[in-house]
Amino acid sequence: MLRTAIRNLLSHKLRLLLSGLAVVLGVAFISGTMTFTDTLHRTFTGLFEDAAADVNVEPASAFGAGMTGTGIDSALSSVPADLVEEVGAVDGVAAAEGYVEAEGVYVLDAGGDVADTGGAPGIGISWPGDDALSAVTLADGRAPASAGEVALDSATAEELGHRVGDKITVLTTGPRVEAELVGTFRFGEDGGLAGASMTAFDPATAQSLLLEDGRFTGISVAAEDGVTHAELADRIEAVVGDDYDVATRAEQAADQAAALEDQLSFIDTFLLVFAGVALFVGSFIILNTFSMLVAQRTRELALLRALGAGRRQITASVLVEALVLGLLGSTAGLVTGFGLAQGLKALFGQLGVTLDGGLVLSAGTVTWSYVVGVGITLLAAYLPARRAAKVAPVAAMRADLVRTARPLLVRTVVGTVLAATGLAALAAGSLGDGVGGLVGLGALALLVGVITLSPVLAVPFIRLVGAVLPRLAGRTGHLARENALRNPRRTAATSSALMVGLALVTGFSIIGASARASIDELVDDVLEADYVVSTSVGQPFTAAVAEELAQVDGVASVTQERYGTARFDGEESFFVAYEPDALADALEVTFVDGAVEGLAGEGLLVSDETAETQGLAVGDQVEFLVQNGESRELRVGGVFEDNSALGPYLVSMDTYSATGGAPLDRYVYVGVEDGVDASAVEAGIEDVVATYPVVELKDIEGFKDEQRGSIDQMLMLINALLALSVLIAVLGVVNTLVLSVIERTRELGLLRALGMSRRQVRRLVRLESVVISVYGAALGLGLGGVLGLALTRFLRSQGLTVTAVPGGQLALFLVLGAVIGVVAAAFPARRAGRLNVLDAIATD
Amino acid sequence: MTTVEQETREATSTGAVAARCEGLTKVYGDGETRVVALDGISVAFPKGRFTAIMGPSGSGKSTLMHVMAGLDTASSGRTWIGDTELTSLDDKRLTRMRRDQVGFVFQSFNLVPTLTAAENITLPMDIAGRKPDQEWLDKVVETVGLRERLGHRPAELSGGQQQRVACARALASRPEIIFADEPTGNLDSRTGTDVLAFLQMSVRTMGQTIVMVTHDPVAASYADRVLFLADGRIVDEMEQPTAERVLARMVAFDRKQEG
Repeated sequence: MLRTAIRNLLSHKLRLLLSGLAVVLGVAFISGTMTFTDTLHRTFTGLFEDAAADVNVEPASAFGAGMTGTGIDSALSSVPADLVEEVGAVDGVAAAEGYVEAEGVYVLDAGGDVADTGGAPGIGISWPGDDALSAVTLADGRAPASAGEVALDSATAEELGHRVGDKITVLTTGPRVEAELVGTFRFGEDGGLAGASMTAFDPATAQSLLLEDGRFTGISVAAEDGVTHAELADRIEAVVGDDYDVATRAEQAADQAAALEDQLSFIDTFLLVFAGVALFVGSFIILNTFSMLVAQRTRELALLRALGAGRRQITASVLVEALVLGLLGSTAGLVTGFGLAQGLKALFGQLGVTLDGGLVLSAGTVTWSYVVGVGITLLAAYLPARRAAKVAPVAAMRADLVRTARPLLVRTVVGTVLAATGLAALAAGSLGDGVGGLVGLGALALLVGVITLSPVLAVPFIRLVGAVLPRLAGRTGHLARENALRNPRRTAATSSALMVGLALVTGFSIIGASARASIDELVDDVLEADYVVSTSVGQPFTAAVAEELAQVDGVASVTQERYGTARFDGEESFFVAYEPDALADALEVTFVDGAVEGLAGEGLLVSDETAETQGLAVGDQVEFLVQNGESRELRVGGVFEDNSALGPYLVSMDTYSATGGAPLDRYVYVGVEDGVDASAVEAGIEDVVATYPVVELKDIEGFKDEQRGSIDQMLMLINALLALSVLIAVLGVVNTLVLSVIERTRELGLLRALGMSRRQVRRLVRLESVVISVYGAALGLGLGGVLGLALTRFLRSQGLTVTAVPGGQLALFLVLGAVIGVVAAAFPARRAGRLNVLDAIATD
Repeated sequence: MTTVEQETREATSTGAVAARCEGLTKVYGDGETRVVALDGISVAFPKGRFTAIMGPSGSGKSTLMHVMAGLDTASSGRTWIGDTELTSLDDKRLTRMRRDQVGFVFQSFNLVPTLTAAENITLPMDIAGRKPDQEWLDKVVETVGLRERLGHRPAELSGGQQQRVACARALASRPEIIFADEPTGNLDSRTGTDVLAFLQMSVRTMGQTIVMVTHDPVAASYADRVLFLADGRIVDEMEQPTAERVLARMVAFDRKQEG
């Protein structure tokens, strides 16, 4: 039996290739993702270990920084210079040195533009004096030694076209610095900075520019030989006490790598989701293929049964075919996945994140690839294998194989129940306050229900849509429609891959369009100011911008906005700080209780939602604890209507500064006086902004564009990956059509003998393909529409207040469905057109 | 009826030829596997006549039909349908020729399963985008006797009914010539007789030209003339055959070959 199975596979290489491709793609995503993640982990852990000192001392955080890496934590904390000496005196310390490290330092190129870091921070550091403690290595020139000198990481220097000896301009969070570039350096062993730029000053200059004279960000410690890092850390801890965190090299590396991987984890999630989609969609293709193979081989299977093969042997022979296919597909998938990981690595390299060394292929990756690839293939082939075993031996003797169409009643009932349950759960989950679990389960039930119902729905749909075909293409069109209707299960299974892909694209499009419309509405409703100034990537910038803007003639108001994280009565949250007088000039805040004046001094404004969940009301006292350990008792002075332009907590600028908040703005809102020449004022504002290349000036439309930009970017990414699922869908259609053409060889031969031209035969196959594809697309649009609307409704509390349906785009998807049909039919149609008439009609 | 009979008389009297071939040779394979299926055959099929081609398996009778119908190409020699030489046509014109000038009845799988009987009958004209001659169509359907089954699909028809639909299809477009390849091969003798009688009648009363390949002497006896093929050559022919005479001739051939 094994030999029969393998012969069967080999005799149909094309079929093998087509149905195997789905497995290959799915497994490729899984193995690629896992390989890339492993590589990322090894590289970053290695990189951070290179860059870390043996032991590091930093001011302790009052609480675990749950939002590390978001750049939102801007509370300043530092260590005094005398602590460096204390640490240096600890037994086993070879060297101890204070260092300064701060964000918001940008270098300008010769034209006065800031280097594009692609969202990565511009970092300023103090040049380390002790080689043993140095994470940087001079590449060219020398170290900066005085106030007029800086060194630059070599990648940034090269990008900006600066050479040693050039006079360069550096923007800091404080003053603008003109200095001579005296050296370039590499960071860590590999020079990898993940796209960030790094500027080094001599320690004293770094302190005064970036921090405060006589203070450091932290202390790097080198251990003497024979003293373990952990041992040394314990001794230092005993000296410095609880106010400081002491971390060994390994701990630092693990922490930093974890934080970075956390940020990059969305890539893994994305890829794994698409691995899931690919395999889900692919399983339909496999199921379809094996169903058709079994149907075509009915007589052969019956002969085997008549010759004494048991049912179990027949099932086994089909499953062995599936097993071989699964093994081959998984192997190819593993290889492809390795290539995918290589591609991702290259892509990251392009973005400035250099991952050195080879890819890491772990045993786990290999195991999972085979388990999933083979498992899915066997699972999908199981039903057809069971059906194969049910072939009666007498079928071998029958001249004509009458394929009885199995009734669709059970399907109709089960599918309807599932779909209705799903719809009900979706409605219940998304209306009102929204229940995430219900929405998820409802979406799943609806999806499975629609897939179950698909063969039932296909008949009326194709009758209806196909009604135009005879008019378009005469008898050829009529035949194409009838062919698509021949086996509704096959039509449904073929189109299901496309349906799932397009349902996802449609759903995301609706959510995306709604998010865009919501942003527009929100900006129109809430933004009171005329202009917004911020960096393009949300990095903090110097308060000097706001000060200068206030001096411009015709400017009525300037409102600064700063971010931070703190614990409010023990609950960690993001907060925003404003000058109480200026808040209303920038943003419209609707109060449920209290007023904007309640923000003044040690006042606090909370959103109605926060007030509800935290049980707060006007007059309540809230303990406000910042990461550096500073705390205040704040009094709730107002409760405002929640909207996504405002944070959950608003504190006053006084509180922010008094608790050590960095004097860096995230956004500055500018209002223009009424009745003045707007263009003159705008010119004045532009002049100020032009002197700070880090920041950009946006009018209301520009601000909307910027806000929408991130959504567009995300949608692009999602759609690019979804395009892959559509690709798999195309493979599915190709696969079915090729098998259909083979199955209908004699019929096509008859048509050719009766005078149908090659072109008409090709059109016949193409039209059938288009009908099937359009059916899949239409069903996908419907399903995606329902899911998209439900999710948009569910996300209302997240700011999706407007529901928008991108009609033009959805119509385009439908057209895309038809195009996919044409593309998928290209190869099978050619094959059908080339059929030799004699071979086709030859009686056996 | 009178018009049809007139047509018949005209066709036979003028002695016009519906299809013919000259020095037709068909060779398959090369070297050791070389098989000569047709060995320089020249034959003409006059209009309005029912010709049967007989011969044992491998005699080349099916190949002769395929090449003359434009389903297969000749290795050498020339074939005509009406005045058109097939050997000079490309695939496109050959397809059009089959569609407009040739009718087919095969042994099995004659009908497209997704179309009704009526749709199958008009299929060649539908493919061509031509309107069928309704009067003629009614007459054909009437003669075949399938009026009340026209809306049925092939799966709902018996084998004999399916072959009658196939015959009706071949007649419906009034082709120059109809080629029938073992049309009764899959039928029991009674339904086979029905189909043969019908083919015979279409020649006698409608003036149709039919060439039928068969190995059944009874089937051949319905024809006006029988050609005997052996080893790719025409070895004999017989006018006004009867089943007994045909059978006797076949047995004689077998003896000769064995001896």
